[in-house]
Amino acid sequence: MGERFRAALRPAVVVGLVGGVMALLLSLVGMVNAFAGRPIITGVLSMGHTLLFLTALVTGMIAARRVLHASRGAGRPVALPGAALAGLASGFPLAVLVLVGQVVNLRAVLQNANPVLYGLLTFGRDPGAGLPQLVLAGALVGSLGGALTLLPGRVSQAVVAGLGTMLLTGLFAELLQGILWDLGVPAATTRLFMVQKGLTVAGALVTGAAGALVQAVWASQTPKVRRRLDALPPERRRRVNVALAAVGLAIVLWLPQVLGSFLSYVLVLVGLYVLMGLGLNLEVGWAGLLDLGFVAFFAIGAYTLAILTSPETGWLALTFWQALPVAVLVALIAGVILGVPVLGIRGDYLAIATLGFGEIVRLLVGSDWLRPLTGGSQGIAHIPRPVLGNIALIGPQQIYYLVVAGCIIVWFVATRLRNSRLGRAWMAMREDEDVAQAMGINLVQTKLLAYGLGAGFAGVAGAIFAAMIGSVFPHSFQLIISINVLALIIVGGMGSIPGVFVGALFLVAMPELLREFTEYRLFMYGGLLIAMMLLRPQGLWPEPTVRLELAESEEPEVPARVTAATSPGQGD
Amino acid sequence: METLLGASQVTKRFGGLVALSNFELEIPERSITSLIGPNGAGKTTFFNLVTGFYQPDEGEITFRGRRIDGLTADRITRQGISRTYQNIRLFANMTALENVLVGLHPRLRSSWMGAVLGTGATRREEAWAYREAREILAFCGLRGKGDVLARNLPYGDQRRLEVARALASQPKLLLLDEPTAGMNPRETEEMTRFIRRLRDELGITIFLIEHDMRVVMGISERVTVLDYGQKIAEGPPREIQNNPRVIEAYLGRGAAEALEEAVVSAGSAGAAGPGGHAGAGAR
Repeated sequence: MGERFRAALRPAVVVGLVGGVMALLLSLVGMVNAFAGRPIITGVLSMGHTLLFLTALVTGMIAARRVLHASRGAGRPVALPGAALAGLASGFPLAVLVLVGQVVNLRAVLQNANPVLYGLLTFGRDPGAGLPQLVLAGALVGSLGGALTLLPGRVSQAVVAGLGTMLLTGLFAELLQGILWDLGVPAATTRLFMVQKGLTVAGALVTGAAGALVQAVWASQTPKVRRRLDALPPERRRRVNVALAAVGLAIVLWLPQVLGSFLSYVLVLVGLYVLMGLGLNLEVGWAGLLDLGFVAFFAIGAYTLAILTSPETGWLALTFWQALPVAVLVALIAGVILGVPVLGIRGDYLAIATLGFGEIVRLLVGSDWLRPLTGGSQGIAHIPRPVLGNIALIGPQQIYYLVVAGCIIVWFVATRLRNSRLGRAWMAMREDEDVAQAMGINLVQTKLLAYGLGAGFAGVAGAIFAAMIGSVFPHSFQLIISINVLALIIVGGMGSIPGVFVGALFLVAMPELLREFTEYRLFMYGGLLIAMMLLRPQGLWPEPTVRLELAESEEPEVPARVTAATSPGQGD
Repeated sequence: METLLGASQVTKRFGGLVALSNFELEIPERSITSLIGPNGAGKTTFFNLVTGFYQPDEGEITFRGRRIDGLTADRITRQGISRTYQNIRLFANMTALENVLVGLHPRLRSSWMGAVLGTGATRREEAWAYREAREILAFCGLRGKGDVLARNLPYGDQRRLEVARALASQPKLLLLDEPTAGMNPRETEEMTRFIRRLRDELGITIFLIEHDMRVVMGISERVTVLDYGQKIAEGPPREIQNNPRVIEAYLGRGAAEALEEAVVSAGSAGAAGPGGHAGAGAR
């Protein structure tokens, strides 16, 4: 028994140490320090500590799963101690760091291995008292992770939802307080749950419980509600859908009133990325044409609008509404023009070629050669704001509506395209270009339409962006935008329309809200993308498989023109 | 009977290797013709030449009296040629129904503008396409499997789906590249019957590559034999079976003489098997 026990626990120690090294990395790159200033529960738990605890939690979960797998039947009784052991082990590398740090000055090499970090890791005590506490906390959180793996799915989902809700409300307590104030909630009530930048202990308990409860109710009721909906006659089901959509739209339209200027600005950014994401998703997710220069079309949309509307260029000084369709059209044509030279290029080579296009456009608009048109590196300023009726759309709270309208239109177009003859041709091309051609699909036309329409969507985003900022500079159109858009469709789920929205919320809103993130944005991107590819390659909200054969054959079966008995495969 | 597909003096080289040399072929309308030969003889190369995947270095290929060599694959499909593949090449991440809908592509007219605006013409055409696709699936024995992703279908169904997709473009000539490869005897038998039905009921001319001699002998009216890119024999199955050059190509010189007797008897047993000459008789 002892031998088997030890064999089963060995993987736990390994996982724990790997988790510990991860925690060490997070500490040494400075994330723990940076996030320590952001309380979750004021005076109790900061975001910095939470990072370490999350590492221990995940370590515990993985360890429990590994132990269950490795012990073959010895199973459950071993798994929980295994998770605890892993959590314990994950604390060791940090403890070693602190101990070494007492003797040797590591700061010369590792900038973040400083007393502030040591203070955080020892909970402000001296190492003798703090380090055992750190390791024990690791064990505790590790066993919680193990318990989450062992508990029935519904329970652990509720716990995770509770913890997540608590974490998010704590993290964004400051913003939430502003919103609650706008909603007319008295400050005294809010004060019970939140102080300044974090939750109170009571607030943490309430939000945690609320999150868990909502998840539990959701999990138990959703199937029932869905069944009830499915049982409704199609006519009434449709009415329910329309009602739900109307409520959703009302909330979306009401949002900026509550959210205030900053959050509306964040949502505008999300919306712009959704527009671009839908465009790139069309190219990459559907047509399978990898494009790393997507920012070019965003830039072309923005510059076209700027040139046509700004009095600085002294050209036409059109209004926003007159220039918008032109900007989209120019972006669309640019997409087709890019498409022509890369028609015969596939896969990795295509990525590099399009990368080049993105850079060419950025350098062109900033060049002296085009200075009369684009203003060189000074760009174009004084782009007039869009005017609707007699309201000028000035701040983010007004531009928001413009972006929402753009998103709805582009979403509608994308959905229609996806389910069309052209959409099927794109997907066939993505699956197997040669066979698609042999199915009678004109590759030239199909590819150019993918580039053109995708670029058109980005053009919409670019035009709105230019009108919102009021000026355009070459500097605004860096390669990183292309990478952001590509990352968000990968995280959301390649080829999935709702995935674009989820991915944009996740990858655009999060970094904007967590300013401390900015420095670690690319680090997080890298980690997140690797984790996604390993754990959930289909994305957060993958494209649903369409069910069309049975859904539409509610009419009586195909008449017996073709009898089943004579077709092959019916013999069994 | 008119010639549907003709090849004259067709040569294809890959670097120094002559994959096909001075190949001549005539396929009459509404016939079932087989192309056989040892591995690497140039059979699939010829399929690829006919369907526009490759361009011939010399010679010309005609379809219904018009030259098709030099055309791109999609234009050749629009002329009425369609094919399946030796190693199944379905659109793996699309459903069976969507695969057939892609096959219908050349028969649909709607543009992306029509799709975005949801015009009546587009909607009617799409409704028709779905009906047609479901009927084709049912005809190929895939009723009820339309919503399954192609990659999740069992092997036999994948082969059938490839045929269904090829049929969707309403071809005059259907090229089948080893349609029964990897099938068990019962599935092979079903597929053979199905191929004959395609000709008898739909009037499609069939041109197939096949290794299973029982299928070849049982189904074809004419057989063409390739070896090292050269046509070495052509004629009705019975003649081919007894042709010493064919036996030699398949078995090597020495073995051919020794085994001739055995092979001939085995071959004729196959030809006399179920439905031996029903195809020819049906006309």
